[in-house]
Amino acid sequence: MSFCLNFPLFMIVASLSSSVISTLLKGKTARILSLLLTGVCFILDLNILLYVVNTGGSYTYMMGHFPHPWGNELKISTIEAIISTLFSLVLFLILLGGKESIEEYVDDSKQHLYYALCDLINSSLLVLVYTNDIFTGYVFVEICTLASTGILVLRGNGKSLAAAIRYMVFALIGSGLLLFGIVFLYNITGNLLMPNLKESIINLYNTKQYYLPLLTAMCFISVGVAIKSGLFPFHFWMADTYGSAIPASSGILSGIISKAYIFFLIKVIKDVFTIEIFKASGISNIIFVLALFGIVVGSISAIRENDIFRMCAYSSAAQIGYIYMGIGLSTTVSIVASLFQICAHCITKPALFLSSYHLSKNSGGSSRFKALQGSYKRDFFSTVCFSQGAFSMVGIPLTAGFMTKYLFGMSAFDYTNWEMLATLIVLIISTILNTIYFTKTVVRLFTVDENIEKKFNISLQYRIVGILFMIVNFGLGIFAKNYIDVIFKGLNLF
Amino acid sequence: MLEVLFNNRIECVAVILFAVGYVTLLVSPNMIKKIIGINIMDSACNLFLTSIGFVYNKTAPIVVNGDTSMNTYINPLPAGLVLTSIVVGVSVTAVMLALTYKMYEKYHTLNLNEVYKINHELEDKEK
Repeated sequence: MSFCLNFPLFMIVASLSSSVISTLLKGKTARILSLLLTGVCFILDLNILLYVVNTGGSYTYMMGHFPHPWGNELKISTIEAIISTLFSLVLFLILLGGKESIEEYVDDSKQHLYYALCDLINSSLLVLVYTNDIFTGYVFVEICTLASTGILVLRGNGKSLAAAIRYMVFALIGSGLLLFGIVFLYNITGNLLMPNLKESIINLYNTKQYYLPLLTAMCFISVGVAIKSGLFPFHFWMADTYGSAIPASSGILSGIISKAYIFFLIKVIKDVFTIEIFKASGISNIIFVLALFGIVVGSISAIRENDIFRMCAYSSAAQIGYIYMGIGLSTTVSIVASLFQICAHCITKPALFLSSYHLSKNSGGSSRFKALQGSYKRDFFSTVCFSQGAFSMVGIPLTAGFMTKYLFGMSAFDYTNWEMLATLIVLIISTILNTIYFTKTVVRLFTVDENIEKKFNISLQYRIVGILFMIVNFGLGIFAKNYIDVIFKGLNLF
Repeated sequence: MLEVLFNNRIECVAVILFAVGYVTLLVSPNMIKKIIGINIMDSACNLFLTSIGFVYNKTAPIVVNGDTSMNTYINPLPAGLVLTSIVVGVSVTAVMLALTYKMYEKYHTLNLNEVYKINHELEDKEK
């Protein structure tokens, strides 16, 4: 047995231990520990990814070698390894590049707590991606919610406190539904491990037994995760939350945490309900319609905003709509498109939030567009970083965002009825709206302003992080074919 | 229909309790009431799980007199899930209470709508 099979468990235990140890350390030491942890997690995840790609399969890891129903399991396939690698990388980059924002907004005496919470988030992300047990997934969803509320509230001002409370209330509404859905599933199947659940659900569906409780469970789980991740009409907390949080926290929340919840839902749909039963239930149609509205409403709200952080927040609502559109279409291509969108948005949005922070910091601390005019003279690097992220969001070729739109377009052709037409129309409308609000911002940043003379210095680590985000984004766009092939192969083993 | 409801009376009560907690959490602007709503929701889930775990004429899974027959004992897993759910519920309540305390310290109110109103007024002044 290869030693690297144990890596997921090592990472989870190390992250949990590190979060406890960090609470006893000073801010700087806790930061080094967090960076070390996320860096090591990235390397170990990469190892696991190479292992599963080379062996061409997936494996199940029994915790403590206890088989079902006594033990808990992790399941690792190509897709889980890719997503986890990306999450670790992005978390590492955010912690590295977001140092200035954390130091500016978090009190020195509380910085170690911020990093402790980030370690806790890291452990939750790992479990949400790798777990094969639905109840363990729920427990770590809750842990993730508590830790993310912590990183929101640590800014310490009234606005962020109110936003954190609003976020937590919505998250708890979602968690409640998720738990009740899981309890319903357990009630009708008597299982919690995903493969056993899948087997029981297929049996129940074929024999037409307990169809109503099954439908209720599917509905509760889908709606619960949708509320937590901010699908329309549950996206109103996003602008306040991302707009008033520490930019690094906004990056973590919008880039990673909301995606982890959605990935967990995709995993449940694929591994528990099966795509066919999910589609036959009709819930996918409701999700599809909400996603279409989410894309349009999120984009229109973003156009109306005058604040760069709030604009990025509403843009997140629209981008999350894309992911749910793929889930709603429920075909193999659309699920691949959703997974690709998770990756593309995961690397683009944190870059946008970090560059927005530097732009507003170097424009007198204001994040309003008026103040940001001519930012290229003050901070050329952040302007380029923001523009690259914006181009990716719009879907310019060679960027990750382009491939997402291409894949969604392709998945629409699997249908011949209203779904195809609706998907294509919304794709066109949303691309136009994205172009309007991102181009408007980029043009403003590059507008010549004769009064600006002062040039600001940018830290080396932020430069490295910005460049890495751009490289990964272009890499994902240019080598998309290889990447998509791996996802396609992985989906059959997922 | 009535017979089905009567046979599943505990589950029905759990669903009603869950709905009560859910609506309280969603609708009430008072933070303490919201926290009570969360606890009612958690209790409803725990009641549901407990009712699954209970089987007539079976005992707790502790081997007595060497009887290892599966038909003698109940499945201990639902009780384990209830325990986990209680722990999660306690953590959530603790964090929500801490946030409420902070909110009251800053705004001198427990009403979330008033807090948003104050924040909007401050924003308008800043503009």
